[in-house]
Amino acid sequence: MDRQIRRLGLAFVALFALLFAQVGYVQVVAADRIANQPANAARQIAAEYAVERGQILAANRTTVLATSTPNPDPNSTYRFIRSYPGKAIWGQITGYYSQVYGRTGLEQAMNPYLSGTAPEFTTQNLTDIILGRPKRGGTVLTTLVPKVQIAAQQALGTHQGAVVAINPQNGDILAMYSNPSYDPNPLSSGTPEQMRTAWQQLTSDPDRPLVSHAFQDLYLPGSSFKTITASGALENGWGPQKTWPNPHHLELPGTDAHIENFGDEYCNGGSKEVTMEKAFEDSCNVPFAEIGVALKADRLAAQAQAYGLCRTQPIEGATTSCLDDPIPFILPWEVGRFPDASYFANNEAALARSAIGLDNDQLNPLHLALIASAIANGGTLFAPRLVTEARDSTTGQTLRSFGPDELAHPLTPVSAADLRAMMVNVVTSGTGYRAQIPNVVVAGKTGTAANTTGPPNAWFTAFAPAGPDQRATIAVAVIVLDGGDLGNEATGGQVAAPIAKAVMESYLP
Amino acid sequence: MSAAIASATTQRGPRRRTGFAAVLIAVAASVLAYGLQGLGVEGERPTNLVAYGIGFAVLAFGGWYAVRRSARGADPILYPTAVLLGGLGLAMLYRLMSARGFPGFATEQAVWLAVGLLAFVVTLFVVRDVRQLDAYTYTIGLAGLVLLLLPIVPGVGSEINGARLWVDLGFVRFQPAEIGRILIVIFLASYLGQRRELLAAGVGRLGLPRPKDLGPIILAWSASLAVLFLERDLGASLLLFGVFIVMLWVATGRWAYLLLGLILFALGAYIGYLAFSHVQVRVDAWIHAMDPNMVGDEGYQLSQGWFALASGGMVGAGLGLGSPTLIPYVGSDFILAAFGEELGMLGVSAVLLLYLVLVGRGLRIAVERHDSFEKLLAVGLTTVLGLQVFVIAAGVLRLIPLTGVPLPLLSYGGTSRIATAITLALLIRTSAGAWFPTRRQPKVEETPPDG
Repeated sequence: MDRQIRRLGLAFVALFALLFAQVGYVQVVAADRIANQPANAARQIAAEYAVERGQILAANRTTVLATSTPNPDPNSTYRFIRSYPGKAIWGQITGYYSQVYGRTGLEQAMNPYLSGTAPEFTTQNLTDIILGRPKRGGTVLTTLVPKVQIAAQQALGTHQGAVVAINPQNGDILAMYSNPSYDPNPLSSGTPEQMRTAWQQLTSDPDRPLVSHAFQDLYLPGSSFKTITASGALENGWGPQKTWPNPHHLELPGTDAHIENFGDEYCNGGSKEVTMEKAFEDSCNVPFAEIGVALKADRLAAQAQAYGLCRTQPIEGATTSCLDDPIPFILPWEVGRFPDASYFANNEAALARSAIGLDNDQLNPLHLALIASAIANGGTLFAPRLVTEARDSTTGQTLRSFGPDELAHPLTPVSAADLRAMMVNVVTSGTGYRAQIPNVVVAGKTGTAANTTGPPNAWFTAFAPAGPDQRATIAVAVIVLDGGDLGNEATGGQVAAPIAKAVMESYLP
Repeated sequence: MSAAIASATTQRGPRRRTGFAAVLIAVAASVLAYGLQGLGVEGERPTNLVAYGIGFAVLAFGGWYAVRRSARGADPILYPTAVLLGGLGLAMLYRLMSARGFPGFATEQAVWLAVGLLAFVVTLFVVRDVRQLDAYTYTIGLAGLVLLLLPIVPGVGSEINGARLWVDLGFVRFQPAEIGRILIVIFLASYLGQRRELLAAGVGRLGLPRPKDLGPIILAWSASLAVLFLERDLGASLLLFGVFIVMLWVATGRWAYLLLGLILFALGAYIGYLAFSHVQVRVDAWIHAMDPNMVGDEGYQLSQGWFALASGGMVGAGLGLGSPTLIPYVGSDFILAAFGEELGMLGVSAVLLLYLVLVGRGLRIAVERHDSFEKLLAVGLTTVLGLQVFVIAAGVLRLIPLTGVPLPLLSYGGTSRIATAITLALLIRTSAGAWFPTRRQPKVEETPPDG
């Protein structure tokens, strides 16, 4: 019997050897392949939640946009909970961090840094393992200025719309707020049921609070596009004093339609001719349509492209997709659009309409603020910057910095100075007078874009200080949707300019 | 101190100290694991750590003392190994159940562990010589059969998760098959021990034993099939049949029985596969657990087990720091995957090695004994234990289809803890030989008053 017992022992050793081999296969050899399967999402998220995710801070480094705190519920799978002390005010920028709905905004864009998985963390993570320190994600520093953001929120009040404020000298986004916004907290903490309820509420809201009007949507720019048309004229050597025919209406060739000024008014009292400067100040449509036609499609389109608008090939009844790479930005965004020059062949009517921000022109406050920034900055366009650096949360050491990104020169400094002066006139004596700030030279441009349904969208873009020897420190773009509280009577000058004024005032010394 | 006492200590010193030190290590590791799981789950040392440690130590050393008292010269490794496995399992159950918000379930298991210890001690004291059991071959065999088939009786048995394993007595629900299996092993040891020559020799041209001698064996085989078909318990059936074949082979030394057993097993498995949809589902889930259309459905438990093991990697996430509660039934069938996630490959290998130690010591006892009943008993008890570990571990690892059997000593369970305790007590009793308690000799020397 002993022989059998010894053989039985060997058989058990063999069986257990199979177990050991399989343990080695599952836990080491094939471990990564198995653990990274999408079906293991719950465990992957839980592992992420086991790390103290880094904070997102405002430019002042004290205002906390997003932070992680230990979960007071010891029974939860998630060791930390993500919270957003500002609630809705930064919601569309930080995005949410939800175990049910994933990540958006900076939470997604900066995830490798916030979760401490970026390659820059390798040495820190090794040190943590050796010292037995818990792993911490990195801190993300943004360019956002809380007082400007708050001013934007308050100035918009109950209006639906958005405000973007940029430092023209480096592209830093000082504020970017859209109303309505949303509070990321209910999506990022609580039970999955609570998250689902919050999600239901947000996604069924007809005002779409999850989508920012500031950079995730596109609108007809209307007269605010005249900044681009004027740039094209100036770059083409047609100065502010050059006069243009000033008929009451401009008949569009090949159609029954015509272009008229806002409210069907006579520009400059109905004078025979008008300077571009004056037409810009009063935002006359007819002379600018003429300028666009005179520039021809290629030069107008080239100017729009120089400002970073991407080319489109519009087809009736279809959404237009972008043919170029958009201006780089850390968050996914909708870049402004302008048709490819070929679209205007044998279609002068479309060209005339496009020159005054109609037809297939599309912008949003972020892109318009970038255009204003380039004008304010002597013609140099910086890419929008939202994050300046990622730091080690424990040592404060910089792990990665994101420098300003000088992108293009859509204007020569001379043209930029001319356009700046024209925009100053808009505020001192033109349609944008409501943006005047005592003792500060403000440059601006209004826009009022008719909606196919309902009241028009009101635009205003501005920068300050805008004196001849001054360097502007803030450029702003505002959109108020559906005319705000003025409804059909709304214009950019009336509704949007005061908001731009309040936002600039909050920042200027 | 006097030289007489000193020499007495050295005489039986080494073995005693090995056992003591091993129990000490087992207790320390178990209490450490309990403390670590608390740190991992709650972020702080469990408030009752000291009380837990003292309670655990008192019970563990109580059992150790009972072994010393009643089974002098017993195997010194079996008991501490079992204590360590029980302590690790209890710490893991606290970790799992408190993460799920029911730490009371783990406390219940602590009580069951204590009840198991009590059963262990009682068995040691009641069965003073295992050879006593050899006298009740058929009584024990019948009792085992009754316990095995009790759940089938209408009004007594109750069905949980598609298997009819439980007996509900109103105040308590238990799985009689766990105890029945031990009785069947005792019966087989006794029966085969008495007839092994006859069975080995065989008669007639084919060398087959007389039908008269084969009768009880056919009965045992039928019983395991009955367990499969009437109770729909794959795991128990496999264990029963496996131990039966192994014991038959060890007793007779004839490969033909092993071969015949394997053929019968394959036949039974195939018929079971055809007859029962839940067997088909098990096999399907085993093969396709990671397929996208199965991974969240029939394959969920298996794939989650694999995910847990893979996430643990080489060294694991640390006790209390993984997400093993994502696995359904992690406290019972899948507790090994929880160890894999939080203690890594090293932890799982350590646990499996501890089981291999139990198996090795059990077979060593079998070799060391001279009585064929004792040999076969040790082989049978060890085989049940080892097969049970293999069947569930290989199931979790997806080497074989999953059959729901608890991992001895680690898993959540009541009856299974008692059954394992009795198994270990019988093995230890076998290793120590008979125990004839003698009256204590009066002390010759008095301790000096000043101590």
